Amino acid sequence: MNKKVLVGMSGGVDSSVAALLLKDAGYDVVGVTMCFNIASGARNRPSCCGIEGIEDAKKVAHQIGIPHYVLNFGKNLEETVILDFINEYISGRTPNPCVRCNQYLKFGALLKKAKALGCGRVATGHFARVEKNGRAFLLKKGVDSKKDQSYFLCEVEARHLARILFPVGDMTKEEVRDIAQKRGLYVANKQASQEICFIPDNDYRAFLKSRLNKAYFKKGAIVDTKGNVLGHHQGIFNFTLGQREGLGISAPHPLYVIGLSQKYNRVVVGPKEDVFSDSLIAREPNFFVRGSIKKSTLVYAKIRYNHKVAKAKATLLSKGILKVDFAQPQAAITPGQFVVLYKGDTVLCGAKII
Amino acid sequence: MDRIYLDYAATTPTDPAVIEAMRPYFFDKFGNPSSIHFFGQEAKKAMEDARSKVAAFLGAKEEEIVFTSGGTESDNSVLFGTVWAGASKGNHIITTAIEHHAILEPAKFLEKSGYKVTYIKPDQHGIVSPDDIAGAITDKTVLISVMHANNEIGAIQPIKEIGRIARDKGISFHTDAVQTVGHIPVNVDELNVDLLSLSAHKFYGPKGIGCLYVRKGTRIQPYLRGGGQERHRRASTENIPGIVGLGKAIELCAKNMAKESKEQSHLRDKLIKEIPKKIDRVYLNGHPTLRLPNNVNFSVEYIEGESMLLNLDMLGIAASTGSACTSGDLEPSHVLLSIGRPHELCHGSLRITLGRFTKGSEINRFLEVFPKIVSKLRAMSPLYDEKKQ
Repeated sequence: MNKKVLVGMSGGVDSSVAALLLKDAGYDVVGVTMCFNIASGARNRPSCCGIEGIEDAKKVAHQIGIPHYVLNFGKNLEETVILDFINEYISGRTPNPCVRCNQYLKFGALLKKAKALGCGRVATGHFARVEKNGRAFLLKKGVDSKKDQSYFLCEVEARHLARILFPVGDMTKEEVRDIAQKRGLYVANKQASQEICFIPDNDYRAFLKSRLNKAYFKKGAIVDTKGNVLGHHQGIFNFTLGQREGLGISAPHPLYVIGLSQKYNRVVVGPKEDVFSDSLIAREPNFFVRGSIKKSTLVYAKIRYNHKVAKAKATLLSKGILKVDFAQPQAAITPGQFVVLYKGDTVLCGAKII
Repeated sequence: MDRIYLDYAATTPTDPAVIEAMRPYFFDKFGNPSSIHFFGQEAKKAMEDARSKVAAFLGAKEEEIVFTSGGTESDNSVLFGTVWAGASKGNHIITTAIEHHAILEPAKFLEKSGYKVTYIKPDQHGIVSPDDIAGAITDKTVLISVMHANNEIGAIQPIKEIGRIARDKGISFHTDAVQTVGHIPVNVDELNVDLLSLSAHKFYGPKGIGCLYVRKGTRIQPYLRGGGQERHRRASTENIPGIVGLGKAIELCAKNMAKESKEQSHLRDKLIKEIPKKIDRVYLNGHPTLRLPNNVNFSVEYIEGESMLLNLDMLGIAASTGSACTSGDLEPSHVLLSIGRPHELCHGSLRITLGRFTKGSEINRFLEVFPKIVSKLRAMSPLYDEKKQ
């Protein structure tokens, strides 16, 4: 493979240092910032995708002496990530757009673009590692356990790993910032963004309202597990599993969302203990290690990005259906989120919870 | 790596003779032309010399030349200045669908403020019909603005005919001549225009300086108000080095234009002839003959212009997909859409624009490299595979 590598540069510290490290290592580096036509009217625009991110990435590229291009993926974002985002919410699930962005955009459309530009590999500033193991490539957690982003990469096609580089994956965030400061990178002290780039003002409900037909704002019942109507809602997309606020019901004990039904347009609520569950079903696992899950395979499972991995047994029921049984019940196992199974640091597979 | 510049329509290098002419006006002769003292007088003289050169080139009177910061300011001044001046007379503007954004954006803004704007579409070659313009005129029309030549596809518009129609109706007529001044003859009387925009950096002058020609008697309000510069038509301390550079650049063009445009059109025609021989399924955008001597614009089927552009860039060849202002947003070119190109072909466009320093060997290099890039990209394109089967 050639030494030409495309680095996806968001304008943040991590991808800036990634580009710098590759340049230091002698790669022929081309910097690319993905631009998504994010509406410029939004206040508090996140720094990763707006004009600011583009300008910062350009400044860094100039600093380290690599060419830099801004490529527009607005249409791709709309047709994959945003479409999925809306569909999931109206189906009563809680989507994870960052997982989809890595799958469809960074390691989908961008990877394709890299080929067209003669770049053998694509690099990003993710805290994760790709390791060669014999002829296979493994996806592993980033060394910095607090920052590990392997969860977000769980739907990337395994065959692409050979063409992916994560230059900061074996560093801690402190080390990355340290390099940025020592080398005087323009963005060395920039704070990371936690928001979803296409959601203005971090208000996903307002975003959905701006995109959805009125038919979806159907008033529906909020019920308990026995079917007693406790209140009403204005569309199930306003809720996520485990949610406590915004129900508008007064009850002697706190109530949590424990289920969402698109079919009956209902929100089901219950006491805290009902939020916990000891198993889950997930669909269409994306395997990084083929054949790694059979029957009651011992794994560590992560059910959302901010979840501490939990001990579990995983079984591949039939092709495409994965069952995970936890040693201890887990809170708010949320349909639409992904379950990622680990063996040590290695990602075995990821699958969407249903 | 040798760098080859084929994007002269985006901007041109400042001619060394222009830089020399400007040099004294940064330090030795730095005065403010409004000052009464010697320093001011010296600057004032330089400015008026430049004004006379610009006026001579355009066949205008010196007092009809208002220096501005460039094409965008001139275009904005025309739209806002005219509606402000003609507010009682009417609220309708006629322009075309292929104008530069410096016209289209203020026009859209005026629409939001209650004005009516008609955007005339060109034919398949990018030429606007004077009859279509005439047909759009109402008794509320206060301005007609049609660009002299299009910046993306180089199509030269029938300005003279449109100007005659506007004059018969007593409507102000503006042309954005940013792409033509310095490249083909531009005479305000022959073209029947009342207002004309030009920008120095498109013809080997510096960036940040241009002018607006305003025919005597044209109703227009100033866009910038403040000090009384430019006979109260454009406030702001004059950019003397820029103005001197503009004067020198236009003087050089007046002298060399005929020869240069002949050389460039020869290379242009070579590209137009050779590219379709080397690559199948390419389509020339714009008119085959009514086009700028330095403009070539092709749509290449099955691949994206952006990928062609970036591959060329990595080999040291600078071209463009359309206008420099819009690269980076992936909206298909409004110009290509309005001449009826389907979306895919709008995305697969490449603009090559030549200039004073373009060599034949550079065109040969382009012709050698470009077909290879296209076949490489097509090999990756699923659309191309389908077509072959």
